[in-house]
Amino acid sequence: MSMRPFTTVHGPAAPLMMANIDTDVIIRIERLTSLARDSLGPFAFEALRYRPDGSDVPDFVINDPIFRAAPFLLAGPNFGCGSSREGAVWALQGIGVRCVIAPSYGDIFYSNCFQNGVLPIRLRQGYVEALAMQCSKGASLTVDLQRTIITAPDGTDTTFEIDPMRREALVHGLDDIGLTLKDDALIRQWQAHDRTNRPWAWPEATETACAGRS
Amino acid sequence: MPRSLFDKIWDAHVVRDLGDGWALLHVDRHLLHDLSGPPALAQVAARGLKVHDPELAFATPDHAVSSQPGRHGMTYAGGGKHWSGLQKEAAAAGVRLFDLGRPGQGIVHVMGPELGIVLPGLTVICGDSHTCTNGGVGALAFGVGSSECTHALATQTLRQQKPKTMRINCTGLLAPGVTAKDLALHIIGTLGAAAGTGYAIEYAGAAIEALDVEERLTLCNLTVELGARSGIVAPDERTITWLRGRPLSPQGVAFDTAADDWRTLQSDRDAHFDREEYIDASLVPPTITWGTSPEHALSIVARVPDPAVQQDDKRASFKAALDYMGLQANAPIAGTPINWVFIGSCANSRLSDLRSAADVARGRRVAPGVTAWVVPGSENVKRAAEAEGLDRVFQEAGFAWREPGCSMCVAANGEQVPPGARCVSTSNRNFVGRQGPGARTHLASPAMAAAAAVTGFITDVRELG
Repeated sequence: MSMRPFTTVHGPAAPLMMANIDTDVIIRIERLTSLARDSLGPFAFEALRYRPDGSDVPDFVINDPIFRAAPFLLAGPNFGCGSSREGAVWALQGIGVRCVIAPSYGDIFYSNCFQNGVLPIRLRQGYVEALAMQCSKGASLTVDLQRTIITAPDGTDTTFEIDPMRREALVHGLDDIGLTLKDDALIRQWQAHDRTNRPWAWPEATETACAGRS
Repeated sequence: MPRSLFDKIWDAHVVRDLGDGWALLHVDRHLLHDLSGPPALAQVAARGLKVHDPELAFATPDHAVSSQPGRHGMTYAGGGKHWSGLQKEAAAAGVRLFDLGRPGQGIVHVMGPELGIVLPGLTVICGDSHTCTNGGVGALAFGVGSSECTHALATQTLRQQKPKTMRINCTGLLAPGVTAKDLALHIIGTLGAAAGTGYAIEYAGAAIEALDVEERLTLCNLTVELGARSGIVAPDERTITWLRGRPLSPQGVAFDTAADDWRTLQSDRDAHFDREEYIDASLVPPTITWGTSPEHALSIVARVPDPAVQQDDKRASFKAALDYMGLQANAPIAGTPINWVFIGSCANSRLSDLRSAADVARGRRVAPGVTAWVVPGSENVKRAAEAEGLDRVFQEAGFAWREPGCSMCVAANGEQVPPGARCVSTSNRNFVGRQGPGARTHLASPAMAAAAAVTGFITDVRELG
């Protein structure tokens, strides 16, 4: 399956600058066990976004009408730490986020973003904070992935770094599995060699799913 | 050129160098659980593909199953479709399933090493961030999301960018009463929850060599809470002895051949690491968390931090964490009254963990008003614990003795700490709402959790004698 290509994105940026926002906070596990991946948006950040009675927390950023469909999220260090749940990315997509800008990310979340066509940009904390100030009233940013440039509301351009392999995959919405299966002969060759080299690494063929049946 | 243990395992698994530090990396073992397993298997089939090597994948239900005594797959109705989905998809793909009530079932990162599915030098993945646990036996193990699960099932490989390497050198020896859990929390508290981001971590030094294998699994389990995807301890004679005779370990002569290979799995003397950290293990106190990130860790004899004296960037988050946790700045953490105790999870649910908690519980009673659960990590752990009478020790002390699974660590199975209740938990995450909406979690070792259960407040286990 190919993803939606990411080229240039323009729009408001919601500032959520707390450190260590974990993927449990982005989407609770019960939502993932009970809902389809395209219906997670209303539950993104629910612990921060809603009061126990279900009403909105008025000063939580994405409850502000100007950030309701913001394509950018500005975040603090270690955003998306914790659980590997890819649903955290789906929940962000569900509220319209296409790009996150933060000083650092949880490693698994970072990889999961690319798997879904979401761009996580790493920039130093001082810059992200300055951007958050500029964007706090709903002013728009532009991110151009081909040129790896962010244009701030005040018109200044900043270059960001992104791994070239990741950039290509995002820009073209590439499908990793299709790409890898082109190397299947190589994979099987590696395996044949490994079976000789490390026979102990290959479990004996076993009855399948045996433990489930008596 | 001298290489680190990580480099050796990585290099041995490169099917193709993709350039720019990327590699197509072979996956030797793929663990599947009831939440991430079924959709990934279904996705492979939906794309008209087959699981590349079903004999390298192993499945077990743990996340969304009830731990209630006498449970079955539908006891927690919300998890039933995930359990039955795993049965159905595993059978269709020819993947071996260790189902409820059968030897082998358990929390995926408990059963993997326990059965000898996970071995030194293997690459191991799972759609679960705590896959890093498996580094405790010397495997290169890391968690992935569902897209990468699907990729690995369809191709038996992953496209990976080589991380940087960090070695955490733990000098000295842990003091009596101080466990691998305390060491892990102390390291996270010292270095910070993002310290490991972008790194593969190796734990080394005298304190690590002195840990038994189950303690190493605990230490590696918390590596993701340090920000890193993988943590590893070099396999040694303890590892080899521990793995001998496990059901899926190599048997007979094959085991000896394997063990010879495993003995080469060490970082070379002059291996380069991108970052080295040093921790004096002899100074590590019994450690517990006070806040909502695992980095909010402190000594059991310390006081709750005061946001007012923190640096600017931490003041607001400390204040928010104290508010959520319902704690007062500058109050001693010991003596804080608690309502719940949870002993379990892939961090601390192995036989040695249960023995350690039982040693505290033996001859004592759970304090009035406290609900205390013991959830063994696997069916085999449960049976072994029962064989030595640990279930009776716990039950006589007023603890509930339950069925193996993730239970109240992940709270995806109907088992939650109630809103506002305070829980001392042997799990690995104290995030806002992790154990249930409004739940307040303090992470600690099994002995410290048991001490809290029998006193009714956060307690220095060393004072119980």
